Amino acid sequence: MNDFVLILKNLFHKKLRAVLMIVSILVAFAIFGALASFEWAFNSREDSAQADRLIVVNKISMSQQLPVSYFNGVAAIDGVGQATHANWFGGYYQDPKNFLVVFAVEPDSYLKLYDSDFVYGPGAREAFVRERAGALVGERMMAKWGWKVGDLIPLSSNIYSKKDGSHAWDVKIVGTFAGRTPQNDSNVMLIQYGYFDETRSFQKNLIGWIALRTASPGITDKVAKAIDATFANSPDETTTDTEKAFTQAFAAQFGNIALMVGLVVGAAFVTILTIVGNTMAMTIRERTREIGVLKTLGFSGARILRMVLAESVLLALIGGMPGLALAALAIFAVRDDLIQFVPTLTMPPVVVAAALALMLALGLLTGLFPALGAMRLKIAAALGRS
Amino acid sequence: MQPQPNRMVDLVDVSKRFVKGKETITIFDRLDLTIPAGDFIAVMGPSGSGKTTLLNLLGGIDRSDGGEIAVAGERIDRLSEGELARWRASHIGFIFQFYNLMPTLTAAQNVELPLLLTPLRRRERREHVETALGIVNLADRLKHYPREMSGGQQQRVAIARAIVSDPALLLCDEPTGDLDRATADEILSILQSLNRDLDKTIVMVTHDPMAADYARRTLHLDKGRFIEKLEKEAAA
Repeated sequence: MNDFVLILKNLFHKKLRAVLMIVSILVAFAIFGALASFEWAFNSREDSAQADRLIVVNKISMSQQLPVSYFNGVAAIDGVGQATHANWFGGYYQDPKNFLVVFAVEPDSYLKLYDSDFVYGPGAREAFVRERAGALVGERMMAKWGWKVGDLIPLSSNIYSKKDGSHAWDVKIVGTFAGRTPQNDSNVMLIQYGYFDETRSFQKNLIGWIALRTASPGITDKVAKAIDATFANSPDETTTDTEKAFTQAFAAQFGNIALMVGLVVGAAFVTILTIVGNTMAMTIRERTREIGVLKTLGFSGARILRMVLAESVLLALIGGMPGLALAALAIFAVRDDLIQFVPTLTMPPVVVAAALALMLALGLLTGLFPALGAMRLKIAAALGRS
Repeated sequence: MQPQPNRMVDLVDVSKRFVKGKETITIFDRLDLTIPAGDFIAVMGPSGSGKTTLLNLLGGIDRSDGGEIAVAGERIDRLSEGELARWRASHIGFIFQFYNLMPTLTAAQNVELPLLLTPLRRRERREHVETALGIVNLADRLKHYPREMSGGQQQRVAIARAIVSDPALLLCDEPTGDLDRATADEILSILQSLNRDLDKTIVMVTHDPMAADYARRTLHLDKGRFIEKLEKEAAA
């Protein structure tokens, strides 16, 4: 036997109570693990957005389009470097529930602008620029649907129709690409704007947004103002902002994730802290005589303090670790279903580290007062001998 | 006062008071007591006479308000709490009326507890535990939990725990108070044997005159004073 065995035996002195405490801690850390991972996934999208890239959208709403002629107007503004435009296609594969992230883009300029984010398969860039009905597909999307280069895909849209009344565009996969970092989403398909615009039955010569890089990061604000000033008082006024702000605005559509995480986790933690702290105090009170005996045998107050703290930390770890594992499993299970909304969903090391720190804090906080009480306990009083 | 080598306990002018609300209760006022090494003393007296307080002071689990206390060659009234804890671990064995075993630990683990405070290795600890349980005739109950044992067996485990670290002084507080006569006699015989054969000094508080008969001497406490000392024929 050693101190650890003694601590473990004390912890499970009342088995049902210990199990209930462990379950409550487990639930708390399962919630924390899942929500914090979601928050990280949303924030990581923002982190991947580069500060010197600007997005120009219709001032009324992101869902309102802009005339394609604006592209040349923007490109001509002083301080604008590489620029491109893109359009939300609203795609799906075979069935509307098989949602696909598809952008209709101007191939050459788009690939140049996002060159720092992606790596392309051999010959993929050239083939995409060359083939009018070609599609450049991210590796995660390829893997999800089991596609390979050369496959002909019937790509449907839940927004647009073709001139012949159908909703399906036949595209050929001409190459693949992958994100340079996990934050660069490769669950995406790119098709040529020219092919898309030529064949769609309405909203011709319109684009979803313009993306551009300024000549230098220091003039970003100035360029953004110049762009919006250029189109002021026109039928389609613009709003220009950094890609990061654009992404944040997109993420905000899903609610304030950080606030939600904070409130839920905070409420759960305060509740569990109270319950576990009270139960620990009750447990130590019940063991007053045993603590008195240990002290009689020669266990010092400091050693008793360490043992009680170790017991509460062990309790937090025994409950917290499986809770975190459960959250990781849940994330793994729903990851594919949510890939289009949260493509980088995973449980990153930073969340695991934060959870471990919280477990330690929970254990130390709930054990501190009972441990101090046990340390200060007078033997004679504990044994009812005074 | 210098601790004497042939004396296990030396109390000189010891006083002890308890404060309850506005009332101060004096338990001992300038109490003197000397117990030679190797003695077996029964302390008797009515409730509230100070028997348990005397054991508490001798075992260093309570502090006196004045006077000098030397036990096993150490002025324990001068020790800090931490020093007292270390001193108790190596010099004192306690035996309580209600055994005070840890319910979640086996007999062997209960006996091993004091050895966790020593530098002994696991194998050495196991040997000490087996020896101690052998002395109290419980070598076959190593893995039994307290709830699986009778009161007498639990008290024997408690005795094994008290002697496992080979202390010089055993302090027993009504060790047979919760046992039937036959079992009490077994326990008292073990204590007598520890005193005679292993030279342990024993101070035993009891209400039972038959239990006191197992001791070499009986001291009677009343209102914090020894009112008579009955020297018994040493039965050694």
